[in-house]
Amino acid sequence: MTAPGFCVNAPLLPGFAQPEDDAQRVFRVLLDALSHPGRIHTVPLALEAPAPLATATGAAALTLCDYETPLWLQSPDAAPWLRFHTGCPLVERPAQARFALIDDPATMPALADFPQGEPEYPDRSATLLIQVADFTDDGLVWSGPGIDGETTLGVAGLPAGFWRDWQRNTGHFPLGIDLLLVAGDRIVGLPRTTTIREA
Amino acid sequence: MSATGYNFAYLDPQTKRMLRRALLKAVAIPGYQVPFGSREMPLPYGWGTGGIQVTAAVLGRDDVLKVIDQGSDDTVNAVNIRRFFARTADVATTDRTAEATVIQTRHRIPEAPLAEGQIMVYQVPQPEPMRRLEPREAVTRTLHALADYGFMHVKLYEDIARYGHIATTYDYPVMVNGRYLMSPSPIPKFDNPKLNRSPALQLFGAGREKRVYAVPPYTRVESLDFDDHPFSVQRWDAPCALCGADDSFLDEVVLDDAGGRMFVCSDSEYCTSRQHAGHTGPASNNMASARLGRGPASS
Repeated sequence: MTAPGFCVNAPLLPGFAQPEDDAQRVFRVLLDALSHPGRIHTVPLALEAPAPLATATGAAALTLCDYETPLWLQSPDAAPWLRFHTGCPLVERPAQARFALIDDPATMPALADFPQGEPEYPDRSATLLIQVADFTDDGLVWSGPGIDGETTLGVAGLPAGFWRDWQRNTGHFPLGIDLLLVAGDRIVGLPRTTTIREA
Repeated sequence: MSATGYNFAYLDPQTKRMLRRALLKAVAIPGYQVPFGSREMPLPYGWGTGGIQVTAAVLGRDDVLKVIDQGSDDTVNAVNIRRFFARTADVATTDRTAEATVIQTRHRIPEAPLAEGQIMVYQVPQPEPMRRLEPREAVTRTLHALADYGFMHVKLYEDIARYGHIATTYDYPVMVNGRYLMSPSPIPKFDNPKLNRSPALQLFGAGREKRVYAVPPYTRVESLDFDDHPFSVQRWDAPCALCGADDSFLDEVVLDDAGGRMFVCSDSEYCTSRQHAGHTGPASNNMASARLGRGPASS
């Protein structure tokens, strides 16, 4: 990875105040989010993550990443913080990533560039944390496992063509990637089983 | 009383992270068996090591834990696991289904309906539904990849050819969200309909086989069957002898050496709370209910 533009002497922000308890609480939020796609969940702690990471992105990374999870960063600014607190290896190409943090969806790689899993092991696929502008009450209709019938939720700040990409992703089931959409301390799960259509 | 010198809920943070990542993928691919690095636990394989590890990964300080073994809160496996988490995680425990946030179970689903927000954790001895038909993991993986489940239909058909009906009564194979064939763990097929579109999140852990899998809430779970031999559940001729329930799974209890027996709810909490509510069965208030420790007077 290119040398990140940070000062080596800049103090790092702290991670979780209570690593064990905080990770458990954040995990339950993530589990809830992926079990109920299209429902807005809030990360229940005040974590100050370094720019450009949102609170929920930082909390999810501290909860799930460690030396076993190659991480791909769209922008390198938070690399020292993530390296220090999680010890995760940072990778150059999306295709190597187990997790990926996206802070500017407009310029993100195609969903198909990330590991999709293998037919025998569809779990060997990437999970993306994508920071969006906001969630709105309507706009998109979500359905699939975890949703009782249908639910509506709009997402602001995703590039044109994103949902066409997503349709392709769900079409490859059981292969595909899973998403966690983040706005500030709010988070919405979007597993590969969720189908989305315009309202 | 909580034990000191252990990590919260026994497992170390790195193991929990590994398990949590596996569980999130399990939820994203309903019914698919995710491999995980199963740890040695302070009890033998077959006693719920998979379920315990899943519970340890999800459990928090605010959770209320219920543990059942064949429907009962009071049998040795349930008591031990409940005490294990009371000591290592200092969590509140209950035997009331409605109060629990996490329910670890061996081989039953509670009779009381589950609610949104509850997590069921199943102890699974053999996660692969086709293992008895095909011993090679590489082959069953391929069959799952191809969604080629003809094997299992042939097995059920052979039951019909031999007995006139599908003779599988527990661990009855199910299809999850129309894609993955899944073992529901050795629950009686009576409980299979409760898996379908359940509002609770259902997690399955197999410790020896090192697999976790999941059924998210509101997910289609269909028991395999044939058009001319539709799936059906067990029925009993008489209601529960203690609480009179005619909608619960009944266990046969031998009463004496003279052939005396009665049928009572397998879900002890359901039975007791019905009795407290005033329901009675044919054997209420006699010696038998006192001997089972389930009469309203004894609790």
